[in-house]
Amino acid sequence: MKEKLVLIGNGMAGVRTLEELLKIAPEKYDITVFGAEPYGNYNRIMLSPVLAGEKTVDDIMLNDEQWYIDNDISLYKGKSVTEIDRVNKKVVAEDGTTADYDRLLLATGSNPFMIPVPGKDKDGVIAFRDIYDVDTMLQASKDYKKAVVIGGGLLGLEAANGLMKQGMDVTVVHLLDSLMERQLDKPASSLLKASLEERGMKFLMEAATEEIIGNGRVQGVRFKDGTEVEADLVVMGVGIVPNTGLAKATGLHCERGVVVNDVMQTFDPAIYAVGECAQHRGIAYGLVAPLFEQGKVAANQLAGLGYAYYQGSVTSTKLKVTGIDLFSAGDFNEEQGDEVISLQDQAAGTYKKLVLKDDRIKGAVLYGDTIDGTWYFQLMREETSIADFRKTILFGQHDLGDAGHGDETRVMALSDDAEICGCNGVCKGDIVNAISKHGLFTLEDVRARTKASSSCGSCTGLVEALLASTVGEGYDASPNKQAMCKCTEYSHDEVIAAIKQNELKSIPAVREFLEWKTPDGCAACRPALNYYLLARWPEEYQDDAQSRFINERAHGNIQKDGTYSVVPRMFGGLVKPNELRAIADVCDKYDVPEMKVTGGQRIDLFGVKKEDLPPMWKDLTDAGFVSGHAYGKAMRTVKTCAGKTWCRFGTQNSTGLGVQLEELTWGSWMPHKFKLAVSGCPRNCAEATIKDFGVVCVDSGYELHVGGNGGIKVRVTDLLTKVDTEEEVLEYCGAFTQMYREEAHYLERTAPWVERVGLTSIKKRLLDDETERKALYERFIIGQKVSQVDPWKARAEGEAAHEFTPLKIA
Amino acid sequence: MTNWTEIAKLEDIPKLGSRVLKTDTVNIALFRTSTDEVFAIKDACPHKQGPLSQGIVHGTSVTCPLHNWKIDLASGEALGPDEGCTNTYDVKIENGTVYLALPAKEAAA
Ligand code: SRM
Ligand SMILES: Cc1cc2nc3c(=O)[nH]c(=O)nc-3n(C[C@H](O)[C@H](O)[C@H](O)COP(=O)(O)OP(=O)(O)OC[C@H]3O[C@@H](n4cnc5c(N)ncnc54)[C@H](O)[C@@H]3O)c2cc1C
Ligand code: SF4
Ligand code: FES
Repeated sequence: MKEKLVLIGNGMAGVRTLEELLKIAPEKYDITVFGAEPYGNYNRIMLSPVLAGEKTVDDIMLNDEQWYIDNDISLYKGKSVTEIDRVNKKVVAEDGTTADYDRLLLATGSNPFMIPVPGKDKDGVIAFRDIYDVDTMLQASKDYKKAVVIGGGLLGLEAANGLMKQGMDVTVVHLLDSLMERQLDKPASSLLKASLEERGMKFLMEAATEEIIGNGRVQGVRFKDGTEVEADLVVMGVGIVPNTGLAKATGLHCERGVVVNDVMQTFDPAIYAVGECAQHRGIAYGLVAPLFEQGKVAANQLAGLGYAYYQGSVTSTKLKVTGIDLFSAGDFNEEQGDEVISLQDQAAGTYKKLVLKDDRIKGAVLYGDTIDGTWYFQLMREETSIADFRKTILFGQHDLGDAGHGDETRVMALSDDAEICGCNGVCKGDIVNAISKHGLFTLEDVRARTKASSSCGSCTGLVEALLASTVGEGYDASPNKQAMCKCTEYSHDEVIAAIKQNELKSIPAVREFLEWKTPDGCAACRPALNYYLLARWPEEYQDDAQSRFINERAHGNIQKDGTYSVVPRMFGGLVKPNELRAIADVCDKYDVPEMKVTGGQRIDLFGVKKEDLPPMWKDLTDAGFVSGHAYGKAMRTVKTCAGKTWCRFGTQNSTGLGVQLEELTWGSWMPHKFKLAVSGCPRNCAEATIKDFGVVCVDSGYELHVGGNGGIKVRVTDLLTKVDTEEEVLEYCGAFTQMYREEAHYLERTAPWVERVGLTSIKKRLLDDETERKALYERFIIGQKVSQVDPWKARAEGEAAHEFTPLKIA
Repeated sequence: MTNWTEIAKLEDIPKLGSRVLKTDTVNIALFRTSTDEVFAIKDACPHKQGPLSQGIVHGTSVTCPLHNWKIDLASGEALGPDEGCTNTYDVKIENGTVYLALPAKEAAA
């Protein structure tokens, strides 16, 4: 028989926990839900836009009643639970309904804090917490004119803005001298106040409310200094108090909230608590992102998996007032020993401030231009050293060389039919609809549902921006530690480390050791694991063909019609007449429909039938060609220019050096494609400064450049160092390549890798530590001994023949 | 009437891999799972006809090599949010030999 799970509180945290639970253990429980509000589950955050008339209540429903029916959940809506009987394990609602439980989940949220002044119970005095409050305010805006909002924090300002949009004359009363003092520093706060005033909002600062006056209905507010202000509606937006009444009454240990441990369990092991009512390590959160993380952990525990822990969250804030962009996170008021960098443009109305300690971001406040909020927040959570780009950090990520889609805040201004994902042809409207209709909160959800950003990924920032603006701050920014894929809880780095430390030498060994959740893994983790093992144990690991993408299994690029393309290697782009003749002959012999000179200085033969690949390779191999690996997460090409031999500007033999580099590196498997180039002088005809490893020859030697990318997001290389001899070029190249091969995440090119780990740390190890450089180079050479076996020749000679031969009916 | 046709030995199909059977009318992909079950489905993805035989097999599904749709091998249906279905064929394994129930016109081929 199924166990019984009862949820008290039909809000955002509780239902999110159920969703997570249904994903991983759909059959484990008979679930009953009690909710005091007479609705399904809705997105509370979005009450602000509802009040402002930008959305309707229907728009913000996350799970309608059908969802409960579809998932066999008994929903008692509009029924408040009044008693928990822990001895008999049952709950009792106000109307006498009871439900037994084996496990109980408390998610009762918060109560709005009503300042205890005389008159607070008068008609027309309300809070801003639920649909009922919003309805009351909307009705009042039709019947009355003057509103007073007490509280100049997030909630208060969003209420004030909404009421103003509904045509009311609104005064915000704030106890302190600056608005949103918990989220903003003084300069940002005064910018905010100025722009709200410009829109017509009035403020009474440093005003302490003494009494709410009026006979029957509210008529005004009186302050300690004796002054008064008229009001037909008073909204208290001063704060929230975790709703612990029920928990306290049943004897659970509570402080500010219901105290829970790292698995979201209260002092009664059968009772869990999540959301605003819970207090974890001293903190009761009031934003949804942490609550969702808690929900994930609670679900994992309730499902009996028991490996997820909650370790607290770092939060960030935005204000949902259309047209006002502000962002804050962390400790944005500097303390002794912190450093501050800031940028202020009064006229343009922008302000940016970062608080730093040891080159790590501790806190950020942005006003007017918040595009980079997510980026700063990520740098902060990941504790990335910003030393390398400190000088330009305030200009934003854009300045790091992102020629991609850029300005993400403007994305909401795009029309619905604007294409966001160029690969899958997904428009803005499709994404926004999917988010609202299916209640999506994470990038992964959106990818799964719409395919947007699931291919080349260049539109990820735009999709995240759409998520953020459609669901508000509820969207799950990528968590601190991102699991490799759905089959595991472990991140790429953890998997790489485990393979090394525990000497895991096969895919099943990794999966068993790290307790993979799926029997065979998936199309995302298998190729990654295969690569990590190959990179770590080149001599011992047995490559697993079935864990490679088809291109690498068939050693050609699959085409849209199922044929393949063939790109023979041309070292350094040099070619001889007899080689060209051999390629021409092969094309005649196998009816190759199209040939093309590639952007990588060699020739692509398109439209080859799979069965023809091995015989064609035989002919190419006989003519001296090896595979160009144009299909692989592997070393691709070395682009060269004419160089000293011919060019009047050439300073070194760039062509010859290119050939040597290609001879050194061809055949090596990589986390992603890897391209090199050698230019003979700073005119840089081989475009070496957008390559993974580029050499620019100069009169006095060779400049080595790394981390460039000419693809989706153009990134110019960073200068690694300058060396004097060709031998050094080869050694540095091998060592850099090996470091990338051992440490980058699968499918991470050098550009994002260099940005993630920081050029400084790469330099330190490659330049300052000769022993480490030599050891890396040594390991690269060992790996190359195994890798430089031409896969085409092997297959021409019969290896993996089953791959290329169709079955026939006997 | 089911027309069982001998197709291959089990070991001709790589574990977690596939082979293609070409008939006059269709290409049929035969997949072998890690537990030695064999499934046969039309070698054409419901999305844009991608050759499913070239995909990565995991559990009892295959990820299409062209745009990563996941197809259930038993039902031929697209999994997750994608929608679409491709034909499946009955398979049996006896003494290490794989037999396929070919529809009449394909068997004639
Ligand atoms: C053939 C070629 C186009 C051409 O005719 O010139 C080409 C063709 C493809 N490129 Fe490319 N790229 C080719 C040069 C480039 C270049 C230019 C260069 O290398 O100088 C770039 C930009 C430089 C760079 O990589 O930094 C380039 C950036 C990409 C990208 C984006 C990579 C990125 O990191 O942003 C992809 C997508 C990917 O790798 O995920 C891609 C992916 C592809 C794929 C493999 C798409 C696919 O998965 O099927 C195309 C395969 C066609 C085929 O069937 O053969 N191709 N591709 C070029 C082959 C070069 C070679 O000789 O091997
Ligand atoms: C107007 C507004 C704007 C906001 N904007 C943002 C924002 O931009 N970003 C952000 O991150 N967060 C925002 N928040 C905060 C966010 O909505 C809350 O943090 C979140 O909803 C808390 O989730 P919860 O499940 O803990 O509580 P709730 O969502 O409040 O759910 C608790 C539910 O339990 C019910 N309940 C309580 N006691 C009982 C009982 N005894 N029996 C049965 N049911 C009971 C309540 O009626 C309620 O429905 C905003 C909140 C408001 C009000
Ligand atoms: S060859 Fe490159 S640029 Fe051209 S369509 Fe294919 S992936 Fe896109
Ligand atoms: S053809 Fe299979 S996913 Fe597109």
